[in-house]
Amino acid sequence: MLARSVTRRELLAGCLGLAGSHACGQSGNQGTQPGAGGEQAGPSRVVVARDPALRSGAGVDSARLVALLDRAMQAFFEADKPVEAWRKVVRPGEVVGLKVNCLAGKGASTHSALVEAICERLQQAGIRARDILVWDRLSDDLESAGFRIQTGRDRVRVMGNDLLGYEDELSTWGSAGSLLAKALTRECNAVINLPVLKDHGITGVTLALKNLFGAVHNPNKYHPNAGDPYIADVYMLPPIRQKVRLAICDAIAGQYEGGPSYMPQWSWPFNGLLVARDPVALDRVGWQIIEDERARRGMKPLREAGREPRWIARAARYGIGTDDPRRIRRIEV
Amino acid sequence: MNGASSRRAFLKSALAMPCLPALAAEDARFIVEARYWEKLPHRRIKCTLCPRECVIDDRERGYCGVRENRGGVYYTLVHSRVCAANIDPIEKKPFFHVLPGTLSFSIATAGCNVNCKMCQNWDISQVRPEQVRSMYMPPREVAALARQNRCATVSYTYTEPVIFYEYMVDTAEAARAAGVRNVVVTGGYITPEPLRELCTRVDAVKVDLKAFSEKFYREVVNGELKPVLQTLVTLRKLGTWSEIVYLVIPTLNDSDQQLRELARWVKAELGPDVPLHFTRFHPQYLLKNLPVTPLKTLERAKAIADAEGLQYVYLGNVPGHPAENTHCPKCRRILIEREGFFIRALHLKQGRCPGCRQAIPGVWG
Ligand code: SF4
Repeated sequence: MLARSVTRRELLAGCLGLAGSHACGQSGNQGTQPGAGGEQAGPSRVVVARDPALRSGAGVDSARLVALLDRAMQAFFEADKPVEAWRKVVRPGEVVGLKVNCLAGKGASTHSALVEAICERLQQAGIRARDILVWDRLSDDLESAGFRIQTGRDRVRVMGNDLLGYEDELSTWGSAGSLLAKALTRECNAVINLPVLKDHGITGVTLALKNLFGAVHNPNKYHPNAGDPYIADVYMLPPIRQKVRLAICDAIAGQYEGGPSYMPQWSWPFNGLLVARDPVALDRVGWQIIEDERARRGMKPLREAGREPRWIARAARYGIGTDDPRRIRRIEV
Repeated sequence: MNGASSRRAFLKSALAMPCLPALAAEDARFIVEARYWEKLPHRRIKCTLCPRECVIDDRERGYCGVRENRGGVYYTLVHSRVCAANIDPIEKKPFFHVLPGTLSFSIATAGCNVNCKMCQNWDISQVRPEQVRSMYMPPREVAALARQNRCATVSYTYTEPVIFYEYMVDTAEAARAAGVRNVVVTGGYITPEPLRELCTRVDAVKVDLKAFSEKFYREVVNGELKPVLQTLVTLRKLGTWSEIVYLVIPTLNDSDQQLRELARWVKAELGPDVPLHFTRFHPQYLLKNLPVTPLKTLERAKAIADAEGLQYVYLGNVPGHPAENTHCPKCRRILIEREGFFIRALHLKQGRCPGCRQAIPGVWG
C-alpha cells in the first residue's frame, strides 16, 4: 500500500491545522497562507470517497453522485455542511475555472453530472453562474464528452481553448516553454482541477498534474521520456501553481490500461472520487489504485511496462507536493 | 482557409504570423491521409515518417502536432495549409551553390518534429496548425505563383518540411511540371524511406546540423544526432545536392574539438566539396541567456574546417564578411562575391572557374 488509511480520530486531529486555510492559493500547501509556496506544514491528505451503488444501469445516479461529492468534500475540509467546505475553496466574486479532461469522449472523460454537481455547490457558496467556466483544450472534445458549448455571459460558460485563445508571450520553467491558455491567465481567479483516473500509454498515468497540459498550447511536445520532467515543469508555470486550488479526480470509472483513449475492455467501476489540494499526493494515490487494479488483473506494473510515472517524484522534488507515502494520509470515506 | 486574406495581402505579409485570439475552425481541405505510418492494435498507429516514431492513440497527435489519429487512420492536418509564404533570395536559405542570384518561393506550414531551444521561428514551428493564421494554397497554386513571381525554385522551409511531407512532395511534383525546381531546408530528422522518395522530387537539400554531439541534440534540440548524420550520408549517396549549416552557439557547440570532429566527419563521409556554413547565433526563444556568437569564434570554426581540408566553408549572418564569397579551391580566384543575401558579382562560368577551369560542384543552371 502506498498510503495508509486513517481513523476518524486521526483525521480530526490531522485536520485542525486546515481550518484557517481559506481559499489557499497554492496546491500542496495545506495550512499555509494563500499563495504561499515551499514546504507544506503537515501530511497531505487525499480523500478517497466511494459508493458501490453509484451507477444505475449504464449511467450514473446523479443524486448519489451529489451525495458522494458532498461526503468527499466534507471529509476533506472537515465541514459539517457541503457549502462550508466549498467556502474554503472559493470566495464570492471570484471567477472559477473547472478544468475537465475530455479527450477520450464519453467513457473516460470527466462526467458532466459531476461538473453539474460542482457548479451547483459553487453557486451555493456564492459564485455566480456566469463566473464559472468549464474549460478544456478543445470545444470538440467537450462536446464529445457530453457538454454543450455555452459562450453567453449570462450562465455557466463551457468552452475550449480554441475559442478562448492563448497568450502571445511564452511562459517558461525548466524544460517547459509554452503559451498559456487565456482560460487560465485571464478568465479565472481560481481553478478546480477535474482529472480522470486513468492509465496513459506514454506517461504511465494521467491524473491531476498532467491534466494541466490542457492549459498550454503545445502538450504534444511534452510526452518524450514518459513525460519526465515535462509534466512537473509545466505544473511549475506560475499561473498554474498560483491558481489551481483543489483537485477532484473523477474515479467513477477507472482505466488501468490502454489510456488515454477510452478502452471499455480495460475500464472498471471504481465508483469513487479522489479529493486533494496536493496534486502530487493525489497522483501518487491514484497511481497506486491503478497499479492495484493492474495487479489484480495479472498485468505488469507500470515500471516493468516501461512507463513508470517518474514525473510524480520529480514534482515532489520541486515542492509541488509530496509523493512520500509516509506523508500522505489516505482517508477512505 | 481562414478568412479573407487575399493572395496579395498574404504574400506581402511577414514571415511569422502571430497567434490569433480566436482560432480557426477545422477545414476539411487541409486534412489528407498521411503517408508512412502503420496500424497497431486498439486503433493505435505508429508514425514512421521521422525517427521519433510516435505511437499515437485515437484522437491524439504526434509530437509534431500536425498529424492526427482519427479512428485508427493517420491524417496530416496541414496539406496546403500555408502559414508563411515569402519570396526570398536563395542565398537566404542559405544555398550558395544552387542557382545563385535567383528567387525562391518559400513556404511553410505550422509544426516541427524537434523543439530547438534557439528556434527563430518558434511562433510557427512550435504551434499546432489551428493556432496560427493560415491560408489554403494547393500545390498547383504554389507552382503557378512561383512562376508568376519569376522564382527559379520553391523552398520548403522556415519550420520543418518533413512534417508537411505529403504537401511537400505533391507541391514538388506540381512545381517540376511547371518548370520550377525544388529545394528543402530541413533539420534532416527523417527516416530513410521517405527521404529516398523525397530525393526523387527535389533538387537540393540544406541540412541544419545543429551540433556534433548527441548530448546537445538530447538537451537542446530534443532529438538525436545519428539519424541526421544518416540523412546526410543518404543524400550524398543518392547524389542530391546538399549543403550544411551549423549554427555556432557560444559554449554549447563551439569547442575546437567538436568543430574538428565535425569537419573530419564531413570530409570522410561526405567529401571535401560539401559546402559548410557556420552561422552566427542570436539569443531567442528558450536560449536568451547566451550572447551573440563573437565573430572570432566563427572565424576559428572556419579556420578549423579549412585546415581539415573542406573546400567550401562559409560564414553566415555576418553581412560583408569575406567568408561569404566562393573561391576556387584550386587557384583561389573569387568566383561568387556576396554581401548578405545578395550577389555582388558572379564570375563562375558554366559551373567552372573562369581562370583554371576547375569544376565547382553545385546546381548552377
Ligand atoms: S512526423 Fe510527427 S508524428 Fe511522425 S514520428 Fe515524427 S514527430 Fe511523430
